[in-house]
Amino acid sequence: MDNSVGNGKGARFVVKEAVARHGRSPSELIPVLTEVNQELGYLPQEALAEIGRQMHLPMSQVLSVASFYRMLSTKPRGRHVIQFCENAPCHVVNGRKTWQALLDELGLQPGETSADGKWTLLTTSCLGICGVGPVMIIDDDIYGNVDPKQLPDILARYA
Amino acid sequence: MQAIRALVLVSSDQESMARGAQQVFEQLQQQIKAFNLQDEVSVTMVGDVGRHDALPLVIVYPEAVIYGPIKPQDVPFLVEEHLLKGRIAAGLQASTRELSGRIAWLSARQGTLPAEQRIVLARAGLIDPEEIEDYIAHDGYEALGKALTGMSPAEVIEEVTKSGLRGRGGAGFPTGVKWRFVAQAKGSPKYVVCNADESEPGTFKDRLVLEGDPHSIIEAMVLAGYAVGANEGYIYVRGEYRLARDRLAHAISQAKQAGFLGKDIFGSGFDFEIHIHEGAGAYICGEETALLESIEGRRGEPRTRPPYPTTHGLWGKPTLINNVETLANVPPIIRNGAAWYRGFGTKNSPGTKVYTILGNVNMTGLIEVPMGITLREVIAIYGKGMRNGAAFKLAQTGGSSGSIIPASLQDTPMDFDSFARAGVSLGSGALLVCDEDTCVVDLAKVLLNFFRRESCGKCVPCRVGTQRAYETLTNITQGIASMENLDELLTLAKGLNEFSNCGLGQTAAVPIRDILRHFRAEVEAHISLRVCPTGVCPMSGQAAMAA
Repeated sequence: MDNSVGNGKGARFVVKEAVARHGRSPSELIPVLTEVNQELGYLPQEALAEIGRQMHLPMSQVLSVASFYRMLSTKPRGRHVIQFCENAPCHVVNGRKTWQALLDELGLQPGETSADGKWTLLTTSCLGICGVGPVMIIDDDIYGNVDPKQLPDILARYA
Repeated sequence: MQAIRALVLVSSDQESMARGAQQVFEQLQQQIKAFNLQDEVSVTMVGDVGRHDALPLVIVYPEAVIYGPIKPQDVPFLVEEHLLKGRIAAGLQASTRELSGRIAWLSARQGTLPAEQRIVLARAGLIDPEEIEDYIAHDGYEALGKALTGMSPAEVIEEVTKSGLRGRGGAGFPTGVKWRFVAQAKGSPKYVVCNADESEPGTFKDRLVLEGDPHSIIEAMVLAGYAVGANEGYIYVRGEYRLARDRLAHAISQAKQAGFLGKDIFGSGFDFEIHIHEGAGAYICGEETALLESIEGRRGEPRTRPPYPTTHGLWGKPTLINNVETLANVPPIIRNGAAWYRGFGTKNSPGTKVYTILGNVNMTGLIEVPMGITLREVIAIYGKGMRNGAAFKLAQTGGSSGSIIPASLQDTPMDFDSFARAGVSLGSGALLVCDEDTCVVDLAKVLLNFFRRESCGKCVPCRVGTQRAYETLTNITQGIASMENLDELLTLAKGLNEFSNCGLGQTAAVPIRDILRHFRAEVEAHISLRVCPTGVCPMSGQAAMAA
């Protein structure tokens, strides 16, 4: 069933392409996982199993790595992923109020995906753009100096 | 190279991009074409140029006129006035007061700003980071040529040792000593690893080097490889730094073509290759042994030390691991000599330090200044004072793993030894300046939340200690803690510091210790009076208890 996740390419095909590009060396596990995650939007169970098969690694190792890194997800995510910086530099420049406003606006708790599959809300560690905090990233778009009042306008840009 | 009359640079760091630098760039190209100036004027996107308050910046050379912030609709006027008519486009210039860095140096000649001293960031923002010729024209690969053709590996190490350079990743370990350890270690092959997993909150200095001057890191790594006897290098760059990764990959392929990487570099018989390894989002991978685990394809869980990576590193082989900023200091040292380098900074901490200035100041951004400057000077001169004239309360240095500096220490010279004597640390160079409206308990809670999330979970003191400390601090912010909880916090802090396997857990204790050392009365007010003196904490648990 999940052969149609992401952009429509099957998990097996995506894994095969990624392994062909990076090779089977165990040190290529993270690059392979990263690429498959990008292609499929997340790392479904059968993709992990396929990676283990093709790279000759035990499933336990593949899953232990896949579940460790923040940029890899073993759960499906919404169409748009919001990442809000929760670190001190953003926090002290009004990040606290903006974060609360974002929670209210979306009605989500961090880590949750909305029922309609539109939003996934995540907190993130420092993104190194602290000069313009508070910082929020939606998909690949960076928003700096985010004010609670701007949130409805920003969110409305995403279908 | 074709002769051009004017060079136009557009800042293209992430913040500029977020503010429309790409559209400004495209509009510049269109307008220059529209005025038929394309053969005389060159337009280039450059990396970060320093201060972040007038972005995106457009800088026109040879006059070095700085415009900013520039919107796409400003471009036709700018092109017509400056590039066609040859006069400064009125009203678009960035105020010199808002600029720093190399740009500050330009304006300093007009007596408006104290100059910084740029060694690490000397080229960032001035050269096109995607053109190796630009790097070479600005002394690039000169140090490598000098070393490979005229110095022995031991002489290179000797020069770095004499310079007094100390690691800029936070610990301040003497770089030359580390190089000698790896050179003397038995075992082969050896590796050179550049730690570009910059993820200390509030720190983005390494990103600017990687984005603005990627060849400097390549040159430094080849020098390091030559010195310690390694033929292979890895750059571990954090997954979020996409532009940095792309620029590095581009620079590596250029360096290979030009013969600065690969076989028989400078005809010396020395070979060196560099691979890029991307992280996938984990703060802990900045810890050097976790970084090695990650390169090898596993969870980023720190190893037990000793043995140290200098003898048992990547794949168990002797490995030199240096931070980006540390490496960026090496080519200038080899080029100009250790004595020159010792002319900057203090006796025991020579050279410069790159700082990010953040928080409640009028100007946030990035500076590179000699070691030994004081926090008061940084805030007054480069931060342009506290925002809204507020009083300075504390600064948090070096990302989450640094110290909390109270006002009483703001005249302590910022160098490794003076800070160590004062019981605080410089960390990675972030300076988060907080005003009197900042609650220390709330701040410590945010910091512990960070450690709790980023703890890799391998060792119990850190995994459980950070969680428990976070819960206790949260209770204090809700007015439902007791005085005994403070003793418990100190015990936790001691346990974290003494029993954690790596620096993450060890430094997680620092904010707890620091707020209780410097701001105990404020913390106690939350408990005994059930009041947050700054009005930040919700104290909502009280109502719940009363109900």
